Amino acid sequence: MAEETGSGSNKDGLRNTFSVAVFLCLVCSIVVSGLAVLLKPMQLLNKELDQKKNILRAAGLLAADSDIGSGGRTVEEMFADFTVRAVDLDTGEYTDAVNVDAYDPIRAASDSAVSTDLSAEEDIATLGRRENVSLVFIKTNDTGIDKVVIPVRGFGLWGTLYGYLALESDLSTIAGLGFYQHKETPGLGGEVDNPKWKQGWQGVQLYDDVGQPAVDLVKLRSPANSNAARFEVDALSGATFTTRGVKNLVNFWAGDLGFRPFIEKLKTQQMQASVGEHR
Amino acid sequence: MATQKEVLIDPIFNNNPIALQVLGICSALAVTINMATTLVMCLAVIFVTTMSNLSVSLLRNRIPTNIRIIVQMTIIASLVIVVDETLKAFAYDISKSLSVFVGLIITNCIVMGRAEAFAMQNGPFLSAMDGFGNALGYSVVLIGVALVREPLGSGTLLGYEILPTVANGGWYLPNGMLLLAPSAFFIIGFFIWAIRAWKTDQVEEPEYEIAPNAQYKEAM
Repeated sequence: MAEETGSGSNKDGLRNTFSVAVFLCLVCSIVVSGLAVLLKPMQLLNKELDQKKNILRAAGLLAADSDIGSGGRTVEEMFADFTVRAVDLDTGEYTDAVNVDAYDPIRAASDSAVSTDLSAEEDIATLGRRENVSLVFIKTNDTGIDKVVIPVRGFGLWGTLYGYLALESDLSTIAGLGFYQHKETPGLGGEVDNPKWKQGWQGVQLYDDVGQPAVDLVKLRSPANSNAARFEVDALSGATFTTRGVKNLVNFWAGDLGFRPFIEKLKTQQMQASVGEHR
Repeated sequence: MATQKEVLIDPIFNNNPIALQVLGICSALAVTINMATTLVMCLAVIFVTTMSNLSVSLLRNRIPTNIRIIVQMTIIASLVIVVDETLKAFAYDISKSLSVFVGLIITNCIVMGRAEAFAMQNGPFLSAMDGFGNALGYSVVLIGVALVREPLGSGTLLGYEILPTVANGGWYLPNGMLLLAPSAFFIIGFFIWAIRAWKTDQVEEPEYEIAPNAQYKEAM
């Protein structure tokens, strides 16, 4: 072989050292960057598909361990029922300022030009900054809105929990909550992924009588039929900080600094539409 | 000179990188919660170790002594990126659960260790076999650990239910400790014990003799 002809002293010379280093760097960088460019489209597709699955799971349309919905519908088919819109969180209005296909609210939150600094008392979910524009996923049917899914996130014990919160057509009843990324302790805070616990969120009321977010995670549930029981979900045993984090993040994103202005607007529209029908 | 068969088979039980050399423990703790991720991790390590040994061996007479570690590192790092990118494109869910541990193959002592200790001195074919064999030895331990952790920790194996858990209406209450990294220490410990009980030549000499206890009379 050609490379075995080099003698010992020649091998350690300055010239050989440089030429080996340059040759190796060139070959490795070509291989790595070539592959990265080649596989990029597939990776992006995977990422999008994954987010769609997360949204469908939060809305209760896709089982946690399956990739096929009821009636054999694929993720893409089911997601086609959803409209993706960008929402200005301060005004609650739809906005066309961003391209919904490419927009990443979480990245925007770290850009001071398009996000807002939160004061300590506002920042119950420990986010630091909040993006000005976020995304909503709306599923409509013949009678109007069927489900609304909003992205939520907040700090638990070890890190930020990222997830989606789904609302029923009345825009006040929770249809589901699911996290797609978190660092909580497996078996304790990690039980946020427990399907049984997640089921407990279905039907819980998000807003109290004056329209403020009022979800509570409790050790002992109030008696059924009592007013307080409507807002309660079981706390996670052995995971006080995770429980507190989940409660705060839901109430933050449902609140005035989160999606409340938008949800109020939707409710008003719904009301006007139903009044219009009755005339 | 070692024969091909020896370099391939020896690392599996006689000179296992995890059980005898105690290398590569970090990823053995992290990725063995379930079998699917374990198998993918094993394949990734097999690919990286074989290919890095092969490439280092091909270049071994050209690599200048003073930059040899960095040359090996560059080759290994590139191979790891290749694996990571490929997983992200073709097995997204598994690549998510492996998270940083594919990237951390770079720092896996087995890969570096074999490149430096074996591939720098031996021919390409023998080196590739050695890399493959060592990665197999690593895989045997990982699969063994996952074989304990997944059924006892979550009641499943490769996602199929074998011990119906209480949460799903069965009788088995999963042992949460097996989902946490420290449980792999115990299992690897038992594995090392079993191997050394079988192959007694692997038992290490004690580093010092414990002196006999002082007698009551002597202490007076």
